[in-house]
Amino acid sequence: MFAQALRAQPLRRTDAALARETRARPVAAAITVRGLSKAFGEKTVLSGLDLHVPAGQFVAIVGKSGCGKSTLLRLLVGLDRPSAGEVRVGEGAPVTRLMFQEPRLLPWARVGANVEVGLDPATPAAARTGLALEALREVGLADRAGEWPAVLSGGQKQRVALARALVSRPQLLALDEPLGALDALTRIEMQALVERVWQAQAFTGLLVTHDVAEAVALADRILVLEQGRVALDLMVDVPRPRRRGDPTLAALEGRILDSLLGGGGA
Amino acid sequence: MAAATTRARRALPDATGWIVPVVLVLAWEAASRLGAIPETVLPAPSGVAAAAIRLARSGELARNIGVSTLRALSGFVVGGGIGLALGLANGVSSLSERLTDTTLQMIRNVPHLAMIPLVILWFGIDEEAKLFLVALGVFFPIYINTLHGIRGVDPQLVEMGRIYGMSPARLFRRVILPGALPSIFVGLRYALGIMWLTLIVAETISASSGIGYMAMQAREFLLVDVVVLSIVIYALLGKLADTTARLLERLTLQWHPSFQGR
Repeated sequence: MFAQALRAQPLRRTDAALARETRARPVAAAITVRGLSKAFGEKTVLSGLDLHVPAGQFVAIVGKSGCGKSTLLRLLVGLDRPSAGEVRVGEGAPVTRLMFQEPRLLPWARVGANVEVGLDPATPAAARTGLALEALREVGLADRAGEWPAVLSGGQKQRVALARALVSRPQLLALDEPLGALDALTRIEMQALVERVWQAQAFTGLLVTHDVAEAVALADRILVLEQGRVALDLMVDVPRPRRRGDPTLAALEGRILDSLLGGGGA
Repeated sequence: MAAATTRARRALPDATGWIVPVVLVLAWEAASRLGAIPETVLPAPSGVAAAAIRLARSGELARNIGVSTLRALSGFVVGGGIGLALGLANGVSSLSERLTDTTLQMIRNVPHLAMIPLVILWFGIDEEAKLFLVALGVFFPIYINTLHGIRGVDPQLVEMGRIYGMSPARLFRRVILPGALPSIFVGLRYALGIMWLTLIVAETISASSGIGYMAMQAREFLLVDVVVLSIVIYALLGKLADTTARLLERLTLQWHPSFQGR
């Protein structure tokens, strides 16, 4: 577990090299998956999955509980090792970040320090506070940097978690049902925020969700996962900003729901 | 509103906490003056204060308090230090835990004061004996609560730290240790109580200096005021230790919702 975590960590760089690299490095990472399988003991969760995600695409992965969507996400960000097959993300050692369903902020660190957790440990101390503040500004919480996480609301905590994920300018941002625990209105606000930062930073986005409406509202492309395979791969060709209740989106949503429910019922 | 009550509770405890003791002392003084309590059973507070002044003038009081405090603190540092180190080690490493925890749990079930006869045989009535007993008594609450604290650290936070590329050392410093701190403080305060208790017993049974010794000497000469004075000093020292621990707690646990409001 430690070894994996350390592998996921970007290579240490010097200050000057960091500056040079940030300019040179691509803002998004493409993902190529070939013949990916994952089994936990007897149980096969993913079997022979092929997938290509171009750099900068926002992909939503939907499916019933236990369809392997979270497992796929963990494999893509390098938290687990595949049983068979190959996962390639970007070139060299791209920065990938994962956002969880819970904010997972350190309660003993102020909001600003929590965001700094997302920075590469090699980032010079003098730059850390500024970068953290900038990330907080992006999620609209710059004025809360000095507060303890305990005083924030659930939605604000999740925004701090988003800032923590964004502060290192990831080339791949994976979101594992990050809005599942929020109330309906906060959810819609957060969706708009995620869409805005994605448009601004242009990283590759992977969103695991069980909310089909959310997937349709946010994603360029939707993958429906069923029994460890891609059952449906749909492009969402609706211009942004998308209006809630748009008939094209509603039709798409209906089609995905049919596929999800039909697959189990038939 | 909750914040207001917390703030009120924060500002007031020092004053409110002393109302009851002050009233009790005044009642005691009055009862003594009226002859309700005979001098040979319990001298008046003013008598105890006079004894304190007498002993302070002769330098005996300061010397004995100094000796006792030094014993308490050195035993606390040794026992608490070992307890903290083992608690941290066993919390982080399962190998270390499998190796030592069973043994420690067995020893824990022996009341450490039951060791007094053995300790006297080993160390006589020298400083080592007191240091050993205090260290032994302080060790377990710190060990158990440190271990328990580390076990209780939210595994989701640990996973987050790993995913965000924290090295093991950083993970320990930023996530595991702060997460275990509230529990470590519980152990610390409990250990401070045991520290004074152990020292009182040890000094009463076998010592040639210290507050316990002062009390036992006074008993031989029927100086009830000095005996009472010794008890009062123990109470004050215990209170002082607890207040210090609370202060440290408040400084280091500012993030904790129950310490917020500054």
